[in-house]
Amino acid sequence: MAKLVSIEEAINYIEDGMTIMVGGFLGCGTPHKLVDALVEKGVKNLTLICNDSGFEDFGVGKLVVNKQIKKLIASHIGTNRETGNQMNSGEMEVQLVPQGTLAEQVRAGGAGLGGFLTPTGLGTVVEEGKEKIEVNGKTYLLELPLRADVALILGHKVDKAGNIAYRGATRNFNTLMATAADRVIVEAENLVEVGDLDPNHVVTPGLFVDYIVVGGDQ
Amino acid sequence: MDRNQMKQFIAKRVAQELKDGDVVNLGIGLPTAVANYVPEGMEVLFQSENGFIGLGPAPEEGKEDKDIVNAGGQYVTILPGGAFFDSATSFGIIRGGHVDITVLGALQVDEEGNLANWMIPGKMVPGMGGAMDLVVGAKKVIIAMEHTVKGNHKILKKCNLPLTAVKVVDMIITEMGVMEVTEGGLVLKEINPEYTVEQVQEATEAQLIIPEDLKYMEV
Repeated sequence: MAKLVSIEEAINYIEDGMTIMVGGFLGCGTPHKLVDALVEKGVKNLTLICNDSGFEDFGVGKLVVNKQIKKLIASHIGTNRETGNQMNSGEMEVQLVPQGTLAEQVRAGGAGLGGFLTPTGLGTVVEEGKEKIEVNGKTYLLELPLRADVALILGHKVDKAGNIAYRGATRNFNTLMATAADRVIVEAENLVEVGDLDPNHVVTPGLFVDYIVVGGDQ
Repeated sequence: MDRNQMKQFIAKRVAQELKDGDVVNLGIGLPTAVANYVPEGMEVLFQSENGFIGLGPAPEEGKEDKDIVNAGGQYVTILPGGAFFDSATSFGIIRGGHVDITVLGALQVDEEGNLANWMIPGKMVPGMGGAMDLVVGAKKVIIAMEHTVKGNHKILKKCNLPLTAVKVVDMIITEMGVMEVTEGGLVLKEINPEYTVEQVQEATEAQLIIPEDLKYMEV
């Protein structure tokens, strides 16, 4: 059952060395208030799973700038120079993953799957160290699921049971990450009463959500 | 042509490849300009891999919506009939063969249709984003780019940068011509009348096959 807590309390569930997922795409759909609180708390040696590393001053990029990330798993880092700097200096390990593979890895992690087969990355550096499997004459890469200790996601309208409705292009990795972590914290732009959300419009059922924080307008 | 005219020229020619009802994904940069030249009366659905279909033009100033951005993070709009979805659905659309055409830029492309467009070791490592999935999944892959970079070849016999994918490119459109990747090699289908075949070949490391019915690019 989802529980309404303060941002400070929610962030306390994130400790040094944990693996976290953060929703959003170049900051669109990122739970910015939670990210800011995490920057303030300053926990270190995190493994961050996110589509991209945001910008130096917007989105998860702030965590990179604050040197809280030990390892980054993302599809794109080109909009944050600091990510490249820390990668080149060896301060941070960066694992680049094709975006569709990353999305599916998170989905598989939340859906109880042992992995999936994709043609993406065949014949490139992405295939290094991975098993190739032939099905009906076509070759695929075996990609494994991803899970995290904590997922931070953003919901546009969240009811007190944790049901989430999204807005615009903010679903991106949020809906997937909501299923793939031991603890899921949703930042609600708008918190509403149970019954205020039309069940037809709920995209993430509340059963996936552990904690709700009120973020308000971004 | 200055560089901007060159880009618009290429984008206009790419737009001629679109067909009514096509689902199209445009890369960042030059390919984005293709949306400005969709032939009148034709309906094309643009997909944005961060999670929607029905991508519309940039909003008027003051009408930006923080929740509606394209895959480059720029403010855009969604047209009536559009739909939002999550990244797994988005890449299901892409890998699943539901995108008719993807248009991307390239660092290098070769005569076998191999593509390199995501990193230069030691120099630039932005990541592949959605490019690897797009070129593997889309029914037709068009590379839209300037023919050379600082006088250096980009259309090669064999790519030497890390690949984005193997044997995926169908067509290359540059300011000099339109090339098709075939089993036999790279065929120059159309040439910009401002250039000679010799000039195009000189700007291309791969051996071009010149068909008898070589046409002029008309944009």
